[in-house]
Amino acid sequence: MNYNWNWGIFLDQVKGGDETYLDWLATGLGWTVAVSLTAWLMALLLGIAIGTLRTLPSRPLATFGAAWVELFRNLPLLVQMFLWFFVVPELLPKDWGLWVKRDMPAKEFITAAVCLGLFTSSRVAEQVRSGIQSLPRGQMHAALAMGFTLPQAYRHVLLPQALRRVIPPLTSEFMNVFKNSSVAFAIGVMELTFQARQMQEDSEQGIETYVAVTILYFLCAIIANRGMAVIEARSRIPGLIGGSH
Amino acid sequence: MGDFDFSVWQPSLPFIRDGLLFTLRLTLIAMSGGIVLGTLLALARLSPNRWLANAASLYVNTMRSIPLVLVILWFFLVIPYLTGKPVGAETSAMITFTAFEAAFYCEIMRAGIQGIPRGQVAAAQALGLSSTQTMVHVVLPQAVRNMLPVLLTQTIVLFQDTSLVWAIGAKDLLKAADVAGKNYNRPVEMIVLSALIYFAICFSLSIAVRQIQKRGQQ
Amino acid sequence: MIEIRHLSKWYGPTQVLDDCSTHVAKGEVVVVCGPSGSGKSTLIKCVNGLEGFQQGELVVDGVSLGDAKTDLTRLRARVGMVFQHFELFPHMSVLKNLMLAQIKVLGRNPDEAATRGLALLERVGLKAHAEKFPAQLSGGQQQRVAIARALAMDPVCLLFDEPTSALDPEMIGEVLDVMVELAAEGMTMMCVTHEMGFARKVAKRVVFMDHGHIVEEAPAMQFFEAPQSERAQAFLSKILHH
Repeated sequence: MNYNWNWGIFLDQVKGGDETYLDWLATGLGWTVAVSLTAWLMALLLGIAIGTLRTLPSRPLATFGAAWVELFRNLPLLVQMFLWFFVVPELLPKDWGLWVKRDMPAKEFITAAVCLGLFTSSRVAEQVRSGIQSLPRGQMHAALAMGFTLPQAYRHVLLPQALRRVIPPLTSEFMNVFKNSSVAFAIGVMELTFQARQMQEDSEQGIETYVAVTILYFLCAIIANRGMAVIEARSRIPGLIGGSH
Repeated sequence: MGDFDFSVWQPSLPFIRDGLLFTLRLTLIAMSGGIVLGTLLALARLSPNRWLANAASLYVNTMRSIPLVLVILWFFLVIPYLTGKPVGAETSAMITFTAFEAAFYCEIMRAGIQGIPRGQVAAAQALGLSSTQTMVHVVLPQAVRNMLPVLLTQTIVLFQDTSLVWAIGAKDLLKAADVAGKNYNRPVEMIVLSALIYFAICFSLSIAVRQIQKRGQQ
Repeated sequence: MIEIRHLSKWYGPTQVLDDCSTHVAKGEVVVVCGPSGSGKSTLIKCVNGLEGFQQGELVVDGVSLGDAKTDLTRLRARVGMVFQHFELFPHMSVLKNLMLAQIKVLGRNPDEAATRGLALLERVGLKAHAEKFPAQLSGGQQQRVAIARALAMDPVCLLFDEPTSALDPEMIGEVLDVMVELAAEGMTMMCVTHEMGFARKVAKRVVFMDHGHIVEEAPAMQFFEAPQSERAQAFLSKILHH
């Protein structure tokens, strides 16, 4: 089979519209970034909370944390997307469900961001938990011996150290969020992968389309990685190598 | 609350079973192919030949930085141009997952190989084994054993990821549930059924991995 | 100040403390020693409630630790503790280490906490290192900071859990000097340590433990010159001839 190359395709107008294909890709990039950042913010907050719960001396709280992690870790992300999009509105009281299905603004975006945020939160929680558990027991003892309450000990002594330790694994989770946001195309979020499929069908220049989209995903990964590296450098503790020990 | 009718599960079972069988076949093929290819990639990355090592790491890093959905679409688009004839979504999925997972298994195997003490290599060579023999009989068996829990965890991830072949319409478990949902006009019930099956399999596998991990630590 | 009566503790089926009784009066220095695994660290951690116990009574400064209603946090704020591995908080500067609990637990304002912190750093000879981070100090310096951190809370007594056993030999002296000074000023101290020179110099009494029991308790001089129990004799001969 022969392939007709056309690298100028990006500046062409889409069929039946006055946008160019470049506009489509720009829109796609915008939604990819929006879904990823919203999900990441949610994942960080929830993940730190759940990861902390799993290290507490309270049995019910620790079990709740464990159940959370198992639930979101043992279902494919795409299936989770469908569950949030199609099934959850059915579980709500009738009026709410109808509102979610018909009237909720940016329904696809919110569903995708919540789904990806919860999915990622279980992975962040596991990192945070192992970060806390990797600290010497003496740190907790020292904090308590000075009269700190348990929340104070976590807030001032354990979490600041544990979070520094888990920046490297969180960096790859952050990069994963951008990759995983591509699954949102399945519920109609107009992000990069969605636009790639649309542009391929519309323009019939699949290879050029995918090359461009691949490069855009690469850029997201690099920027995410550099961003986390800056945070890591800023939070480094003098005298410690790589913020560990 | 919506009205659910779970009686639709029963007539759809043959459908679902076929989908699940494809999902399992895809997982097994991509796992075995991925581990073999991944081990070769790991050896290439560790090889003293700079050119080979760089080529392997370029491949691995590329695969690891793009979304799997995009890789699936890429292969589905490009394979016909390479082979000169169109291939079905199912064949395309098998090739894609083997190639994609190889990059992830490669990194696991590389860590496993690097974790073997240098003394083991020295001892094998002192016995007169060639470097290939050392790798095959001494290093790799230990690396696989040490990395077994990680290899299995990656396989659970792979099993979940196969659901993404939905993007090219390959008839896996999720697609079967999707189609059955449309046939019987009960999409919600069918999504729930597929979710339960995925969860049951992944959860039992991850418990099994934890058991193996525990045994390994003793 | 510290009253320990018939204290027993189990980890599951293993008994780690067996009917231990002793006391530390105000202004006294008591040294607890014994072979490793004898329960001495566990005993001292019971005193500020870092370890719980199942039987007996433990009263510190009039507060009973066995009582479920006891506010452990308030008690701990008044009892200082120095650990074997220093346990400075590595993500804060030395001065911040001294200020944190003053501000968060005692409610002092930051200026007041900093002034007090600097004064104590000066006292342990480390004022110049106030802005450094713990990992930039030697072990001996870190332990002196840890002592200053405990003192910053104006404790009614100090607990030392093997304060010198993680230190290189050449750094032990600087830490012991600080401890001797504190003793001379009348600080109430309970010290788990193998430093027999220190015990001889400042301890009023020595408590010798083995297998969770308090085997022998005697005035320091008497303990060193004429230990009563065989186990104490064996222990001393090992420790002193090394």
